[in-house]
Amino acid sequence: MAPNETDDTTTAGEVEEPRAGRRRAARYIVPVTVMGVAAATIGLVPALADSGDPDLPDITAAQLIEKIAQSDVERLSGTVKITTDLGLPDLGGLESGLLSGAAGGEDGEGGSSADPSGRLTELASGTHTLRVAADGPDRQKLSLLENAAEYSLIHNGKDVWGYDSASNEVYHATVDEADTKERSAQRPPATPKDFAEEALKAVDDTTSVKVDGTAQVAGRDAYRLVVEPKQSGSTVGAISIAVDHETGMPLKFTLTPAGGGAAVVDVGFTKVSFDRPDASTFRFTPPKGAKVTEDTEQDRAHGGFGGKPERGPKPEEDLAKGLDGLRMLGEGWNTVATFDTGTGAGLPTEEAGGDLGGFLGSLGDQVKGDFGKGTVFSTRLVNALITEDGTVYVGTVTKDALVKAAEAGK
Amino acid sequence: MSRAETAGGTGAEASVRPRPLWTLGLVRDELRTTFRRWRTLALLGVLAAVPVLVGIAVRIETGDGSSSGGGGGGPAFVSQITNNGLFLVFTALAATLPFFLPMAVGVIAGDAVAGEAGAGTLRYLLVAPAGRTRLLLTKYAAVMVFCLAATLVVAVSALAVGALLFPLGDLTTISGTRITFAEGLLRALLIALVVAASLLGVAALGLFVSTLTNSGIAAMATTVGLLITVQILDQIPQLHALHPYLFSHYWLSFADLMREPVLWDDLTRNLGLQALYALVFGSAAWARFTGKDVTA
Repeated sequence: MAPNETDDTTTAGEVEEPRAGRRRAARYIVPVTVMGVAAATIGLVPALADSGDPDLPDITAAQLIEKIAQSDVERLSGTVKITTDLGLPDLGGLESGLLSGAAGGEDGEGGSSADPSGRLTELASGTHTLRVAADGPDRQKLSLLENAAEYSLIHNGKDVWGYDSASNEVYHATVDEADTKERSAQRPPATPKDFAEEALKAVDDTTSVKVDGTAQVAGRDAYRLVVEPKQSGSTVGAISIAVDHETGMPLKFTLTPAGGGAAVVDVGFTKVSFDRPDASTFRFTPPKGAKVTEDTEQDRAHGGFGGKPERGPKPEEDLAKGLDGLRMLGEGWNTVATFDTGTGAGLPTEEAGGDLGGFLGSLGDQVKGDFGKGTVFSTRLVNALITEDGTVYVGTVTKDALVKAAEAGK
Repeated sequence: MSRAETAGGTGAEASVRPRPLWTLGLVRDELRTTFRRWRTLALLGVLAAVPVLVGIAVRIETGDGSSSGGGGGGPAFVSQITNNGLFLVFTALAATLPFFLPMAVGVIAGDAVAGEAGAGTLRYLLVAPAGRTRLLLTKYAAVMVFCLAATLVVAVSALAVGALLFPLGDLTTISGTRITFAEGLLRALLIALVVAASLLGVAALGLFVSTLTNSGIAAMATTVGLLITVQILDQIPQLHALHPYLFSHYWLSFADLMREPVLWDDLTRNLGLQALYALVFGSAAWARFTGKDVTA
C-alpha cells in the first residue's frame, strides 16, 4: 500500500542529480496526503456527527416508563441492527448444517426454508440487519437482510407470508384476527420495543431505574433509561433503553453483562421513520415458480411450533413447559428456575451417552455442594447447573450465586 | 535528462490545453488500439461466454421440470433464473465480479504503461506533445471505458441468453415486492453501472503497478496476484478490522439495488472506497510516471 517503498533511487542519473531525486520523492506527497485526508475523514466524521447529547426537558424514570407504556406507534418503517453475543460456543456452520439437514429431511412433509420458526432463530447469534415496517395491527413486515438475499415475513390482513429469496421458497399461513396477537407473541423478540417490554416486566423493588441523560438514536432525540439490578450476583450488569422523546417508542436496547466486555444484546434502529409505509410494501404474491408451503390450521395444531422441537425457536423452553415441578428460587434478578428432568440421572454419562456425554461434560465445570455433584454450563448471560440426580437450575446469575441458590433450594 | 523531458512535457501541455478536442482524439486513439488488440477481444469473448454457460447449465439442470437452486446454493439469484430470464443478468454479474471481470481489468490496466514500455513505443508516445500527466489520464480513461465495456458485455450477453432460454416478465425483488419488467431492466442497467464502477479501484491499482515496471507481463501478473491476495484477506475472519478497506469488500453490495426500498449504505461505501483507491493509486501512478526515466 505504501507507495513510497517503490520509489527506486538507484539510477545513475540520480546520483548526479540528487535534487531531482528529491523532487521525485516529493511527488509521492500527493498520494500520501490523499490517504491521510481519507483516514482523517473516516476517523473524524463520526466524531463530528456525534455532536453531543440533545437538550430535552427533564423527566423522571416513572414518567418515562409511563411514556413507553402509552406509546402507540402504529406506523413506522426503519432499519434495525441487532447484535447478540451470548458467548455460546460458536457452532456456526455446524448449526446451519444441522438446520438445513433437518429441513432437507422434512422436505416431504412440508419443511421449508421459508418457515418463520426456523429462520428467526438465526437472530440469536451474531450481527444482523433487519428492516421493519408496520401500518396498524393488520399489516407488518419484517425482513432479515442477508448477502444478496432477504428473508421477509409479511403479515397483511389474514395472510402471513414468509419469503426466502435465496431459495425462492414461500411459506403461507392464514390467521384469524383473534389469532394475530397470539402469533405475534410467539415471534422471537426482534425490535428494541420487544426487548424493552421484556426488560420492563422485570422492574420491581430489586431494581434501580433512572434516567441517565439523553442520546441521539437514528437521528432522533431520545432519553436514556438505565435499569440495573440492585442485588449482587446477577450476570446482568445494566440495561440501557433509549426512548424517543416524542413518541415514547424504545429506539435502542443494550444489555451489558456484569462481567464487563461487549454488550450481550444490542438492538437499535439505525434509521426510523414514523410515516405511513407505502402500501406496496405489504403486498405479496408468490413469484412464478416459487415453491409454496401452506401452513394450515390443522398442521399447526399438531405439528406446529411444539411439534418440531429441533426447529422450534427455543427447544429448551418447550421442554421446560412440559415438565412438572418448575419452581422459582430467590427473588428479583437473582431468581433461579429449577426443575427435575425426571430421568433420575443428569447428563448422559460416558457409558450411556458415549461420545456425546463426554463432549457435553467437557463444555461445563464440575461443582460440588449439598445437592451432590453437578456440572455448570456458562454463557455470558445465563448459567445452568445440572446435578447428578437430574435437577436443573437455570438463571441469569453468576456461577457462585447459582451454586448457593441450589444449596439453599435443596 | 528526465528533468528536461518533464519540463518539455509541461510546456507542451500548457500550449495544448485550450484544445480539448485534441485530448479527446488522444483518448479515441488509445481506445482504438486497446479494443483492436486480440487480447482484449479474447477477454471480452470469455466474459460473454460466462452467461451462456450459466444459462445452459441452469436450463439443462431444470429441463425435467424440477426447480433449480435447491436450498439457495450457488451464486446469488440463481434460483430465480428459470422463472425470469432477467435474473440471469444479476447472476452472471455476481458470478463474474469476484474474479473474471477484475482479472480482465487487471490485464488491460497492467499492460497500459508497462506494455508500451516493453514494446519500446512509450518514448515515441512521449515525443508527441501530450505531456505525461495527460498520457496517464488518457490511459486511465481507456481502462475505465474497458471496465464499462466488459460489464456491459456480460450484462447484454446474459440478457440475450436469458431471453432465449427462459421466460421474461414482471419480477419479484428480493424483498418480496413486485416490479414491472421495464423497471427491472432499469435496475439491471443501474447494477451494470455500479459493477463497472466497482472495478475502478482495481483499474487504478493496475495502472500504478504498470508504471513500476517495463514488463507488461510482470505488471499483469502482479495486479492479478494482488487481486487474489486481497480476495483471500477478505475471507479471513480474524482480519475483519481490515476488511472495510479492501477494495473487493463491498463488491457484491450491488445486489442491494434489488431490495425494495433500495439499501444504499453499502453501495455508497463501495463507491466511496473505489473513488479513494482511484485517487490514491492514480496519484501514486502520476508521482511515479512523471518522475520516471523512460529508457524504452
